[in-house]
Amino acid sequence: MSGPSTSTTPTAPVRRRTGLFRTAWRFGRTKVGVALAGLIVLIAVVGPFVAPYTPTEFVARPFESGADGTLFGGDNRGRDVLTRFLWGGWTLLLLAGASAGLGVAAGTVIGIIAGYRRGWVDDVLMRTNDVLLAFPQLIAALLVMSIIGPKVWLIVAVIAVSHMPRVARVIREATRKVIEQDYVKAAEAIGLPRGRIMAVEILPNVTSPLLVELGLRLTYSIGVVAVLGFLGMGLQPPTADWGLMINENRQAMAVQPWAVALPVTAIAILTVGANLITDGLSRAAIGIDRGVEK
Amino acid sequence: MTRLIAVRLFFGALTLWAVSLVVFAATQALPGDAAQLILGRDATPERLEALRDQLNLHEPVAVQYMQWLQGVVQGDLGTSFSNRRPVAEFLASPVQSSLTLMGLSALVATPIALFVGAFSALRRDRGFDHSASMGTLVVASIPEFVVGILLILLLGPGGLDLFPSVYAREGGPEQWVLPVLTLALAVAPPIVRMMRATMIEVLESEFVQQARLKGLAERRVLWRHAAPNAIGPVAQVVALQLAWLAGGVVAIEFLFNFPGVGKVLMDAIENRDVPLVQAVVLLIAGIYILVNLVADVIGLAANPKVRVANR
Amino acid sequence: MTEQPENTRAEGSTADSRPSTEGTVLSVDGLTVIGRPSDVEIISDVSVSVNRGEILGLVGESGSGKTTLGLTLLRHLKRATEIVGGRVWVGRQDLASLSERQVRELRGRAVAYIPQSPASALNPALRLGDQLSEALHDPTLTRSEIADRVREVLREVALPDDHAFLRRYPHQLSGGQQQRVAIAMAFVGRPDLIVLDEPTTGLDVTTQAHVLETIRSMTREYGTAGVYISHDMAVVADLADDIAVMYRGELVEHGRADAVLSDPQHEYTRRLLMAVPLLRTSGHEEPPARDGEPLLRISGLSAGYGRTQVLEGIDLSVSPGECVALLGESGSGKTTLSRSVAGLHHQFAGGLVFDGQALATSSYRRTAEQRRRIQYVFQNPYEALNPRKRVRDQILGPYRHLVGRPDHPDLVVAQALERATLPASYGERFPEQLSGGERQRVCIARAVATRPDLLVCDEITSALDVSVQAEIVKLLRSLQDDGMALLFVTHNIALVSNIADRVAILNQGEIVEYGTVGQVMSAPEHEYTRALIADTPDFELSFPGAPERLGLGLEQEGRGVDSGA
Repeated sequence: MSGPSTSTTPTAPVRRRTGLFRTAWRFGRTKVGVALAGLIVLIAVVGPFVAPYTPTEFVARPFESGADGTLFGGDNRGRDVLTRFLWGGWTLLLLAGASAGLGVAAGTVIGIIAGYRRGWVDDVLMRTNDVLLAFPQLIAALLVMSIIGPKVWLIVAVIAVSHMPRVARVIREATRKVIEQDYVKAAEAIGLPRGRIMAVEILPNVTSPLLVELGLRLTYSIGVVAVLGFLGMGLQPPTADWGLMINENRQAMAVQPWAVALPVTAIAILTVGANLITDGLSRAAIGIDRGVEK
Repeated sequence: MTRLIAVRLFFGALTLWAVSLVVFAATQALPGDAAQLILGRDATPERLEALRDQLNLHEPVAVQYMQWLQGVVQGDLGTSFSNRRPVAEFLASPVQSSLTLMGLSALVATPIALFVGAFSALRRDRGFDHSASMGTLVVASIPEFVVGILLILLLGPGGLDLFPSVYAREGGPEQWVLPVLTLALAVAPPIVRMMRATMIEVLESEFVQQARLKGLAERRVLWRHAAPNAIGPVAQVVALQLAWLAGGVVAIEFLFNFPGVGKVLMDAIENRDVPLVQAVVLLIAGIYILVNLVADVIGLAANPKVRVANR
Repeated sequence: MTEQPENTRAEGSTADSRPSTEGTVLSVDGLTVIGRPSDVEIISDVSVSVNRGEILGLVGESGSGKTTLGLTLLRHLKRATEIVGGRVWVGRQDLASLSERQVRELRGRAVAYIPQSPASALNPALRLGDQLSEALHDPTLTRSEIADRVREVLREVALPDDHAFLRRYPHQLSGGQQQRVAIAMAFVGRPDLIVLDEPTTGLDVTTQAHVLETIRSMTREYGTAGVYISHDMAVVADLADDIAVMYRGELVEHGRADAVLSDPQHEYTRRLLMAVPLLRTSGHEEPPARDGEPLLRISGLSAGYGRTQVLEGIDLSVSPGECVALLGESGSGKTTLSRSVAGLHHQFAGGLVFDGQALATSSYRRTAEQRRRIQYVFQNPYEALNPRKRVRDQILGPYRHLVGRPDHPDLVVAQALERATLPASYGERFPEQLSGGERQRVCIARAVATRPDLLVCDEITSALDVSVQAEIVKLLRSLQDDGMALLFVTHNIALVSNIADRVAILNQGEIVEYGTVGQVMSAPEHEYTRALIADTPDFELSFPGAPERLGLGLEQEGRGVDSGA
């Protein structure tokens, strides 16, 4: 046995730790999540092109199940349930994606600034955050919708704003941990501008919580967009939208369950898939114990 | 510690005040004025004018706010536009129903969630833990109204026909089952996960290892050493979930046609009944803030470093 | 079974390690522990024994398996580890044969454990009295007998034994007091064997000296056998009767302390011994007289955080090419001072003059040239490098910002790495591909890339193993030989005695002694300095080649510690 090799001898480079996505992909649940979410995204995107009718065509009597030429019967107005289901997904995905993206982006900027600048900047931002947090997400959306009226941009804006303080809080905590690390102080000691420190030293080191937040907020966004549609405060008739479909057809759930069951199942599968991916990412980010310590 | 709680109370009150400002400002943004809304389109100008006087609509906005706030503090929430009854009186019964619904859900969800969480932690990485983790993950992802609809499809009249899917005034206690179950399922997963995570963290901590190395019996290690250190974070999550219920009931009440504040809110929005919307939103935000505050105080009280000042 | 590993001396108990010998309290025979699921051996075929009233020092660097061995003595295994071979006897009991119940009775009564960090090993939610009394877990004792025993043992570790103290929570004690409570908790059950896992890490030398003294007298008084786990050869040399050295899970050396120190058999032991900085109290060369304006002059500096004043009236100067050490224990304000010099701590007042010009409080208000000429190396190399950047970019970033866009960036990186004695190929690596010592070299490379005049080193070796520490110190010496001035901040007086030209001793925010290392070490004037020197554990080496030990050997060119392997 030889003594310890001195650190100056060049040794074969140690393999780098695998990236977040690859680590996440190793978990079976991530794969299942991608499959589930992928299926629904596929339906939502391809659906309009393969639908047998147009979404506003009347092909059956209201709530008629088993009408000729329809697979799942007619909805509350006698439109083809399958067609409306195939058309109703992309609005949900688009609204949820846009609001989650905007909310996370804004929350990240605020979180990093609040975490890094501290002092009164932090105080002001976080107190504002607390006030925003004092509204349950849905109630805030309902309040604004009821006053200004349901508009597409407003749905996106309200959900994004309701995500913002929650994301900001998480990213601020992550930033706090990063800035306690000495490499940030090293950058300060050489006088690197604050903006660059935030962009170059801090942001790349909060990407793990950031991705996890993005997944989480996307799942929530899908839920909020859907529930707004369900409450009649989202997209308005005669748009084909999964949330709205549930609202329109829920009275006749016992006689014509398909008009509700299809969108409900799709939303459930989509959110479960998205959350499984998020869970895989967060497990990869936190690094669950791999057995041997010391 | 008293000082810390006082500070939290102060910020809670401050937040509530900010919320009232937002609520009032939001309703001010309504197109048209309240008098028009109340009397409808074919009201005569004289009657409109008289009502505006009565509602102080000629005063500056700040004065209107002060008067409204004064009323709120004294329990006078104004008069509903749609049914002309005092809001406070009108809300009494729905509030009671909603609180009962929330209370029942919490009562069902919390003990089961705590047990499942703790058991998962003790059986870490075994079958039960994996299924519990997967189950909570799935249930937590699905929006609660979707869970409700799935339950209706499964257990309601269209499915196994065990429970009614719509609340009716003359219905029996079985009509509570589905709403309570839905809310309980929505509340439980985070509690399960927090309980599991906290128990694992505490069980892996050095002081629990030290307690075991002292030769203490496992029961004593769990109850005297692990449990007191797990109460704080878990109690906080339980309180946060209760707070969530305040907003979460809205969609569920709408779904089951349950006569609570959520249903009142949706009807009020439909009828553009401003005082009612204001009151319900304020009420829900108030409960939300209050329960959050309780969560904070529990967190502080469970920490001996805060409870006993440094000497 | 009867065969001892080749380089392990059989002392005390011979090949037959069953506790037949009177007075042998612990005997470990061929113990092997593996990790699951990788099947890596954490401990390989280790055999040791300890006699009543004696202390075995178990020495090893991080990852050597010493803690795992210590815990095995209480039949405690960490998650995902497993004993696959060997026996552990405590007294006449074979630990493997005990039931769960018997293990519980064994712990705290036959074997007790003193943890590394009492701050996290004492339960934050339980009062001290409760934690101490439950450690006694003897059902035959009455309540008042337990209370009497707890008070007795508290007095023995020199802690108050009144009711108010027993009702305290752990967070209401100082670090030294917490460790005393942990010691009391271990001795309260009068164990036959006590396992001490680096119990003085993180304590100041004065506190460490008191704690060690307590441990020594307690083991002697109770006739307890001790296993003292440590990475610090100096402490072990001071305390232990037997020394066992662990390296990568194997026991490479085992024998009486004086024998190991005077005639180490294994190469690794020798290297370990030589890497320990010797506390040199004499034989210092007078540093050459420096005339002219010093590079850095600190005068009447005071600093604080908010309303708390941390530093008061600091006067200090560093001349070009000189190494000035700033010595202080935790909380003395030494890091605040070094950060003020670097422009990282802004709340200070007083004179701070660099090369004839006053320095602004914040690095952002200093000129680029000033920032280039003063560089800072941080304590913990695991936190000082951005994990998302390659070594190359870590070095080029500051260079571009302070010097400008280089014509030959590869050359800049290669030269900087070379000065830090790393090969140029390291430029392509990420921090996670480097060991702790290599990381610290990269930090130094980053600092010297801009060719500074003053290098502020804040405890830069304290997070590293001693053998790595010796290499870093050697590197600093060579930088100083190239004409760089060093402000070397540390808590380790032995290191100071080997590296510095002049030393300032900082105690509670004030400089209590300031002079050349020769003066201060050989004839300390202040009481605090004298206590520091007295409390620092040290030992003599007499084996051939020992003069190469860090300190004495440094004057001999090219024969540093690295030449050993």
